[in-house]
Amino acid sequence: MDPQQKAKQEAYQKLVKEHSPKPNAWKHVMWAFLIGGAICVLGQLMLDIFTKLERTETEAAAATLAAMIFLGAVATGLGFYDDLAEIGGAGTAVPITGFANTVVAAAMEFRREGIILGMGSKMFVIAGPVLVFGILSGFIVTLIRALLTGLF
Amino acid sequence: MAEKRIGQQTIILSNPPRIISHHCTVGPMEGRGPLAKYFDDILDDDLLGQTTPEKAELAILEQTINKTLNKKSLFVQDIQFYIAGDLLNQIISANFSARSIDTSFLGIYSACSTFTQGVGLGAILIDGGYADKVLSATSSHYQTAERQFRYPIELNVKRKPTNQHTVTGAGAVVLASDGDGPKITSVTFGKVIDLGIKDVNDMGSAMAPAAIDTLTQHLKDTGRTVGDYDLILTGDLSRQGKKMFTILAKDAGLSLGEKHQDAGVMIYSPQQPVGAGGSGCACSAVVTIGYVFKEMVQGKYSRVLIIATGALTNALTFQQGESIPGIAHAIVIEV
Repeated sequence: MDPQQKAKQEAYQKLVKEHSPKPNAWKHVMWAFLIGGAICVLGQLMLDIFTKLERTETEAAAATLAAMIFLGAVATGLGFYDDLAEIGGAGTAVPITGFANTVVAAAMEFRREGIILGMGSKMFVIAGPVLVFGILSGFIVTLIRALLTGLF
Repeated sequence: MAEKRIGQQTIILSNPPRIISHHCTVGPMEGRGPLAKYFDDILDDDLLGQTTPEKAELAILEQTINKTLNKKSLFVQDIQFYIAGDLLNQIISANFSARSIDTSFLGIYSACSTFTQGVGLGAILIDGGYADKVLSATSSHYQTAERQFRYPIELNVKRKPTNQHTVTGAGAVVLASDGDGPKITSVTFGKVIDLGIKDVNDMGSAMAPAAIDTLTQHLKDTGRTVGDYDLILTGDLSRQGKKMFTILAKDAGLSLGEKHQDAGVMIYSPQQPVGAGGSGCACSAVVTIGYVFKEMVQGKYSRVLIIATGALTNALTFQQGESIPGIAHAIVIEV
């Protein structure tokens, strides 16, 4: 690229940066905390209930996760999880309900292209990277721990 | 030297074609916006009873075309060229719509500036004596554009303040060598301008330099000033792009003031959850056909410069870190 064009580009990019709306971080953080917090309170209630019903803590935790995934999926299917995300931002993306949303939203979206080549192949299009790097980082952390504590 | 050209990029139509029939259709969201009373048709259901959004966009386009023809009792046999384009891969809505229009078809793409490109090309075909009547149409749909360019509809993504909302709707016009209606007097096809903006959440800033380039070139070619126009309407710069456009205009020595409006800003109210405003091929089309033409008939405007703007990106190039080139095509409409 010729230097004149490059200077012009840089000047414009600087201008755009100066005039871009600045996000109100505190407001976003507050809403993320409130909405994300509310989802977590719901999760805690579930855990309390399942602790009474299940025999072990692990079983209660598993049941809670399943219940929260179910709720996230239903809220997505009924079409209001994305509206909640518009307010709550990361507060709706981080809890496991957000993970359920990514799978169900993609499944709904690509259902029209068929059960197998549409829904089946595109269901994890958003959730895929979370799974891949979640499993990979889990493996690496476990490997480091194993090496440090001398399990080999 | 081609005798119908002036300056570097402008074409003067010495036998200005008339827009003898026009129609615009919008979705429910646009129907709740401030321009609602200007639109010919407002849909209750943005899927129009279809099973997929792609089918819905096609149905909206076909319905708009039929109504445009029926308004003046025109038949497809009267039309020599059908020019259309949209945002989807392989301009599929336009291509599919041409199945039922039994005439020469030209499919075009320049993203959201397709409307003025189509009308401009149609006007040139008529002025040159290659056709008596040309049909030009464009469409866009929020759901089809979202799934092609962004994320699934129900996904938990928070909209950035500079994001734009694709207008659901379609607009069609019939241009003719004689008849009644507003006339197209000149056309300035723009150049591709890329100032290296890579943020797909801010298409307005990416397109503003192209819009200013086309505007300044048009004024230079024609020897006119901003004052010669009653309205300069940009396509879909939105609030952010309009801000950048105003700054760039000032740098170019133009004071636009109230003369400049942006279709993407006008179509929604600030209270609607649309980020910085509207976008899409239908944005400039429905605002021009709905608002501008009707206000021209009312006598509010007599000479208007429409500069539709397009962001020439696709879903792969931005992931590969490419920038977003912009383009802007201008047409002058007079009564």
